[in-house]
Amino acid sequence: MAELEAGSISMAAGGGGRLRNALSGMLCAFALLLIGVLAFSIRLFSVIKYESVIHEFDPYFNYRVTQFLSKSGIYEFWNWFDDRTWYPLGRVIGGTVYPGLTLTAGTIWWLLNSLNIPLSVETVCVFTAPIFSANASWATYLLTKEAKGHGAGLMAATILAMVPSYISRSVAGSYDNEAVAIFALIFTFYLYVKTLNTGSLFYATLNALSYFYMVCSWGGYTFIINLIPMHVLLCIVTGRYSSRLYVAYAPLVVLGTLLAALVPVVGFNAVLTSEHFASFLVFIILHVVALVYYIKGLLTPRLFKVAMTFVLTVGLALCLAVVAILAALVASSPTKGWSGRSLSLLDPTYASKYIPIIASVSEHQPPTWPSYFMAINVLAFLVPAGIISCFLPLSDASSFLVLYLVTSVYFSGVMVRLMLVLAPAVCILSGIALSEAFNVLTRSMKFQRPISDDTLPTAGDSTPGSSSTATITTSTKNANIKKEKMGTISKERSSKKSRKETELVGSSPVRPEKEEKLCVLPSEASAMGILFLIMLCGLYVIHCVWAAAEAYSAPSIVLTSRSHDGLHVYDDFRESYAWLRHNTEVDDKVASWWDYGYQTTAMANRTVIVDNNTWNNTHIATVGTAMSSPEKGAWEIFNSLDVKYVLVVFGGLIGYPSDDINKFLWMVRIGGGEFPHIKEQDYLRDGNYRVDAQGTPTMLNCLMYKLCYYRFAETDGKGFDRARRYEIGRKHFKLTHFEEVFTTQHWMVRIYKLKPQKNRVRGKLKLKLKSSSKTSLMRKGAGKKNPWQ
Amino acid sequence: MATPLRLAALLLVLVAAFASAARADLVVSRADRKVDLTSHIVRVLTSLKVENAGSEPVSKVLLAFPNIQAKNLAAIRAFGTEGKVKGLSSVLPIEVVEPSGVPPELTFFSASLHKPLQKGKILHLDVLTVFTHFLQPFPEEITQADSQLVVFQDSSHYLSPYPVKVQTLSIRLPGGRVESYTKYGNTKLVDSELKYGPYEDVPPFSYNPIIVHFENNNPFAVAKELIREIEISHWGNVQITEHYNIVHGGARLKGEFSRLDYQSRPYARGVSSFRHLIARLPARAHSIYYRDEIGNISTSHLWSDSKKTQLEIEPRFPLFGGWQTTFTIGYGLPLQDFVFSADGKRFLNITFGSPMEEILIEKLIVKVVLPEGSKDIDVSAPFPTNQWQEVVPHWTIDN
Repeated sequence: MAELEAGSISMAAGGGGRLRNALSGMLCAFALLLIGVLAFSIRLFSVIKYESVIHEFDPYFNYRVTQFLSKSGIYEFWNWFDDRTWYPLGRVIGGTVYPGLTLTAGTIWWLLNSLNIPLSVETVCVFTAPIFSANASWATYLLTKEAKGHGAGLMAATILAMVPSYISRSVAGSYDNEAVAIFALIFTFYLYVKTLNTGSLFYATLNALSYFYMVCSWGGYTFIINLIPMHVLLCIVTGRYSSRLYVAYAPLVVLGTLLAALVPVVGFNAVLTSEHFASFLVFIILHVVALVYYIKGLLTPRLFKVAMTFVLTVGLALCLAVVAILAALVASSPTKGWSGRSLSLLDPTYASKYIPIIASVSEHQPPTWPSYFMAINVLAFLVPAGIISCFLPLSDASSFLVLYLVTSVYFSGVMVRLMLVLAPAVCILSGIALSEAFNVLTRSMKFQRPISDDTLPTAGDSTPGSSSTATITTSTKNANIKKEKMGTISKERSSKKSRKETELVGSSPVRPEKEEKLCVLPSEASAMGILFLIMLCGLYVIHCVWAAAEAYSAPSIVLTSRSHDGLHVYDDFRESYAWLRHNTEVDDKVASWWDYGYQTTAMANRTVIVDNNTWNNTHIATVGTAMSSPEKGAWEIFNSLDVKYVLVVFGGLIGYPSDDINKFLWMVRIGGGEFPHIKEQDYLRDGNYRVDAQGTPTMLNCLMYKLCYYRFAETDGKGFDRARRYEIGRKHFKLTHFEEVFTTQHWMVRIYKLKPQKNRVRGKLKLKLKSSSKTSLMRKGAGKKNPWQ
Repeated sequence: MATPLRLAALLLVLVAAFASAARADLVVSRADRKVDLTSHIVRVLTSLKVENAGSEPVSKVLLAFPNIQAKNLAAIRAFGTEGKVKGLSSVLPIEVVEPSGVPPELTFFSASLHKPLQKGKILHLDVLTVFTHFLQPFPEEITQADSQLVVFQDSSHYLSPYPVKVQTLSIRLPGGRVESYTKYGNTKLVDSELKYGPYEDVPPFSYNPIIVHFENNNPFAVAKELIREIEISHWGNVQITEHYNIVHGGARLKGEFSRLDYQSRPYARGVSSFRHLIARLPARAHSIYYRDEIGNISTSHLWSDSKKTQLEIEPRFPLFGGWQTTFTIGYGLPLQDFVFSADGKRFLNITFGSPMEEILIEKLIVKVVLPEGSKDIDVSAPFPTNQWQEVVPHWTIDN
């Protein structure tokens, strides 16, 4: 129907139509260019307001890896064993890192340099995320276009270009995996839908390659390899199996898995862990279904029924056997073959019960309602409309979008961080909703005049050809141009691939014009509706710009506060890292809580005990134990780890809330998880965590308390903690095993040095020996107090 | 402390043995030395009145320095005028010479006169010498609360291969405490000025060691390495980038650094540290930035007027003895102020040195990046330098 109509349009319009097509194509390209510029430039607030600098924690690691890559080359990078972290274990970076982001930025850097544009690695890293945001919005356009046409595509791309949820992870300087992974995710989905619509093996191969890029970039690739099978299953169950579906899925699984296994960090996990089993299962089901359809075509219906029962019994038995084997395999592994992070996705309470280290990260917490509103704003209201529009009519592509939305809503409910995966789905559906709404409303406005001249039924009854001629004569409006273009483009496509014409008609995104004519609203109502939608969009834009400028632009290593006497800058983190970098020996080991590990290695260039990679729970627990131990015990642990400096972050003087004292309970929990002599109850008074006069003696005597509050009471005489808003419990004490070597200007970072062991007094040697043998026995009896002895 | 003393004594003996080696007929009729010890860079201005007492015209005047001073000698300039009264003085070329029969512990410089000094004529010679690393911190390690004491060693007599008739020495101290100083006859300390002399009729090579031990809390800023990049752009801009590696060269900090003490009583606790450096940039400097390898440093102030641009920078943390830091400052200058053309060639006339005040640079590398296609490159520097050229591919959009 659509093709027929489009044909008549081009016949009627002749050369003018072609010109208009070219014009609208150019308009579309120009709009896309502007969207790209918008996506890039809205993320530059951080550079303009602060500076061109890498943000937060993980980006510093990625930056350091990129530096290494650009300096040493790709082969050195794969073999890189990093001895400056996780001392004394070290870390195999090449085999444990998702290399996509690093390789991307490294390639950009290399390309620019070979073009004689000598940008520094840092500059390239800072701007990688905005560049890929532009790419992501283009990919969104492509994906939405496959489902609902150009108008919806442009709308969705615009919305995605500035959705706060995505901005939060991709401002300039936020050099993290997600920055490129979201692009890869959307692009993979686009290629999947494209393959599904065309059945082309070319796109299927591209899809596998895009999936490979996604696997390289982010651990979130498991979302793709589970979502696509789910959709395939959905298609099969709803009777939408076609050869296109087979082409879209089978190559992806085979090629994709092979390619995924090439990435060192994934390796054999691509076939061994439970995250990937769904895809294989669906792969088998798909083949069974394909076989059934094939046999159905060969046999008579009666014979087919007989064969069906036979196959079903045998097949079921086989399936059961396979499932049993799989279950046995899975059950033999302690975590049931699922990694902790994935398990906590399926069971949101899992992490808080068993893995404090995952639960301790704020971005792994379930989000609150305000954070939804913050992240997607008015889109939340538009999404239901988008879902409805996806069902009118339901195509393979639109059903995929709905499924993507539903699953990502669930995942975002589990972890704040996965709000990022939700954002594209929400944007696409809101884009569809807005585009459809504008479509309906503007059409209603446009057809008001014909209705007043004629009656509604005659307009509806008129042949498609004549109505579209009328359209051409009256229209200069945007919506109309789009409509035509959609028609002609789908027509061109169908003529190119005429053999798939029959399939295309089913999945064509264009609805018959006849049907559209019928749902015409009164002009006042549609004008109001348009105004309302524009207002809604305006609100959204204002919110996005505010979020980009205010909420997400801070690099978190530099804090600013605005007071009556102007802007005040708190650059304490870099002050301390610069001090460590220049005033300690190059091989000194610095102990801090793992949050600051990446920054310390990247900015201070010093060896750390633990970092944000958190791959070794015992090691982190050791540091946690040391921090929760009294001074002497802590000194012993640190000394056995060869630590020379201990770094703590303290916000009590200026009221910086995310400091080590507020994180301390997690140190106790994680430490206590491995070393049972650290008990959380000892640090809590009646279940409350506090460091004021009500704090427990264990709390007020532990290393963390002492290092944070050493000589703090002397600042104002009372020891009023501005971050906790009360006076501290223990005010005047001395350190015996540590000495303060550096404290930053606002006391946010305090660095202590382990004092060397005191010389023994010669006369007491004998006596000491006796008692020490006794104490060591006692220590053995008491369990592992110090895990390194 | 003991070692330098012994060295000085040894020197004295040697000097006495070779005293007869001076054989020129010049006589220094008056020598006034002014030593400025207010910063960590020691500047000595020696005003000499040289008389030719022999019969031959003399074209060279020898200046002697003990080797321990000569190795710290950063710059030496001599200005001379002939005649009874001081007139317009001209710069005299100076070179290192090794006259025969002099003790190896001495280094000689010779100032060549523009025209030989005739018999009985008088030459006014002003010698400006600048020494670095001359003030030794003593004690070498201090705590945060201590102020920095340094030791200055010299001779109360002007070390000269010629007999000196009348001489004085005056030492300007930075003020503050003077722990001790060597007392001879005619020694007096007034305010922060220490005076030796006048001494009369001192034989050649006379060396009379003095030691001044005093408080000096001025910033001992030492740039271990400074790389200056001067980039000439076709876009009408000279871009200067300076990479500093700064260390506090005074007495090392021992024990803890307490921010509390530093903040509550900055003049008592942390008096030996410094936190500002001042750079005097040329006028019309623009696009000034101040950063280090981990990003922008926000603590800097800028004043500018038509004559100069003054940039006050604060390192990320106050520098105590032995502490180091690195940073980079960069600025653009208008091309027409520094590049001019003549005879179909273009000349860049720009300073070698650093715009920082009172900073000692141990190693200086100046890179001049010329536009692509520059040829017949010729450099003239007022002192010997190591030079090399390399071809570096540069900004595509710049050329």
